[in-house]
Amino acid sequence: MADYRNPMLGSPLEVKVLTRRFDLANSASIAVYVAHEGYQALKKAFGMKPDEVINEVKKSNLRGRGGAGFNAGMKWSFVPGQTTKPKYVVSNADESEPGTCKDRVLMEYDPHQLIEGIVIAGYAIQSHQGYIYIRGEYRYLMDILDRAIEEAYAQGYLGKNILGSGFDFDLATHTGAGAYECGEETALLNSLEGLRGYPRVKPPFPALIGLYGCPTIINNVETLSNVPHIISHGGDWYAKLGTPNNGGTRLFCLSGHIERPGIYELPMGFPLRQMIEDVGGGVWHGKKLKCVIPGGSSCPVLTADEIDVPMDFDSLARIGSMLGSGGVVILDEDTCMVKAAWRIMKFYAHESCGWCVPCREGTHWLKTLLERFHSDGGMPDDPDTALDVSYNILGKTLCPLGDAAAMPMISILKKFRHEFEEHLKLGSCPYEKRAVNVA
Amino acid sequence: MLSDRLKAKFDSVIARYPLKRSAIVPLLLFAQDEIGYVSDEAVEEIARRVGVNPIEVIEDIGYYSMLHRQPVGKFHLQVCTNISCMLRGGEKIFEHCAKELGIEHKQTTPDGLFSLEEVECLGACCGAPAMQVNYDFYENVTPEKLDALLADLRKKDQGSRIKD
Repeated sequence: MADYRNPMLGSPLEVKVLTRRFDLANSASIAVYVAHEGYQALKKAFGMKPDEVINEVKKSNLRGRGGAGFNAGMKWSFVPGQTTKPKYVVSNADESEPGTCKDRVLMEYDPHQLIEGIVIAGYAIQSHQGYIYIRGEYRYLMDILDRAIEEAYAQGYLGKNILGSGFDFDLATHTGAGAYECGEETALLNSLEGLRGYPRVKPPFPALIGLYGCPTIINNVETLSNVPHIISHGGDWYAKLGTPNNGGTRLFCLSGHIERPGIYELPMGFPLRQMIEDVGGGVWHGKKLKCVIPGGSSCPVLTADEIDVPMDFDSLARIGSMLGSGGVVILDEDTCMVKAAWRIMKFYAHESCGWCVPCREGTHWLKTLLERFHSDGGMPDDPDTALDVSYNILGKTLCPLGDAAAMPMISILKKFRHEFEEHLKLGSCPYEKRAVNVA
Repeated sequence: MLSDRLKAKFDSVIARYPLKRSAIVPLLLFAQDEIGYVSDEAVEEIARRVGVNPIEVIEDIGYYSMLHRQPVGKFHLQVCTNISCMLRGGEKIFEHCAKELGIEHKQTTPDGLFSLEEVECLGACCGAPAMQVNYDFYENVTPEKLDALLADLRKKDQGSRIKD
């Protein structure tokens, strides 16, 4: 493995549920997994009725860790009980939200935790086939998962009549090949069917009409990795780890201008200020904080005055942002917000699949406008134009990629408008000038 | 000619799905891993095996950014400049690659050894700035570490030539 640094630095403030086996030697092997409570939850689940498993997950207040934050048990309960069609479980391992790198470690250090979660989910909805959709760039993880799946088959945790329960379940990995859009669940399904990853119209939701037109649940890697713990220790136990309506812990990825970038497992509702200052060691080089992207680049940004907030789905929504995918990006006082906005828009313009016109055209124009604004100073009405373009993307596309571009753009234009004005006044970027003067 | 090993892999991958065409993207990537790019022969073979028209395979190739219809370098350098990497010097790493190798985004050195691509988030944000050489991750990259890496890759190439 190339030049790789374990991003699990650790902090005494962590509450380790998902990451509790990470420090063990050979944590990815089935022997270590089984020696440390592995596959016990599956045994327990087989002693429960499928509905009871779903209710336990509902009770846990486990919410989708991919970013949408939908109650996972609720999602499972939408799958029809009586149907002649096969049902599918898909694990979304297409992690590519900028700022997010948590699913990667979950698959690298504890692949069996994910596999066990998938089999339990399969039992809960009475599905007999699962797929793990992994982004193409994570090739080494596909090798790790393929090996783990092989081990699970060999030891009877996958395949026919698992643990003598009479329940059959098959699981396979599937690779993407470079497309952020395929992280969106309906685009992922098209991709998994061998098509271009364009989104589908919802409704019907995948729980009714998903993969190959059959009932399907699609859950993020971290979401499914939580399931064995919920079944082992109970939904109430899990719910109490977090805040009301936001169960459990969460893997937060601290990146950007932070002293100790890394992935930390903290309870839901952990205060953002403490996360930055105590867990992450504060803004790097003793600088002041300017801005925080709280959950991946799709989230509306927070200013330094807005960080006294518990990091859970509802608290972030209350202040007009999102908990998203757990990617917490720190921007220091010397960061140019126009440039940051440009880089984020460049990403969405590149990744827009082109299916919906407002997104395809809008992201392209936002990128182009910001590029000119940042390098050549721009026109006085550019900020208003950008706002107008953003509102014409927002809510006008099939999938959330358009919103994901519009939301951070609008928040930066509103909260950091003065930086746009400074650019106009100077005719160039004030921050780059400052950097040159310092040098 | 596609190798027997690749053909066997094709069979095992196709068997994973109730609908054969589901295997298209994985097969394209596995073929590219062996050949270095997606050749016409690979397109024809994949289309035949999954029972679609070759144009449907080509349509997919145009969508997925990791798939190439032309050879890239033996060492394909993919440098992330997305937000977390940008904040910690990703752009400098990209520029350093471009300067050292004398190539730009999506270009290959004349000897076919290196190609360069500015890529979007690789999922290595906590080790920013990050890059991939083929599938290998390199994190917390500095210009100095990059120089050492390039020298190392050149040496590796010479080593493999001697072995050949």
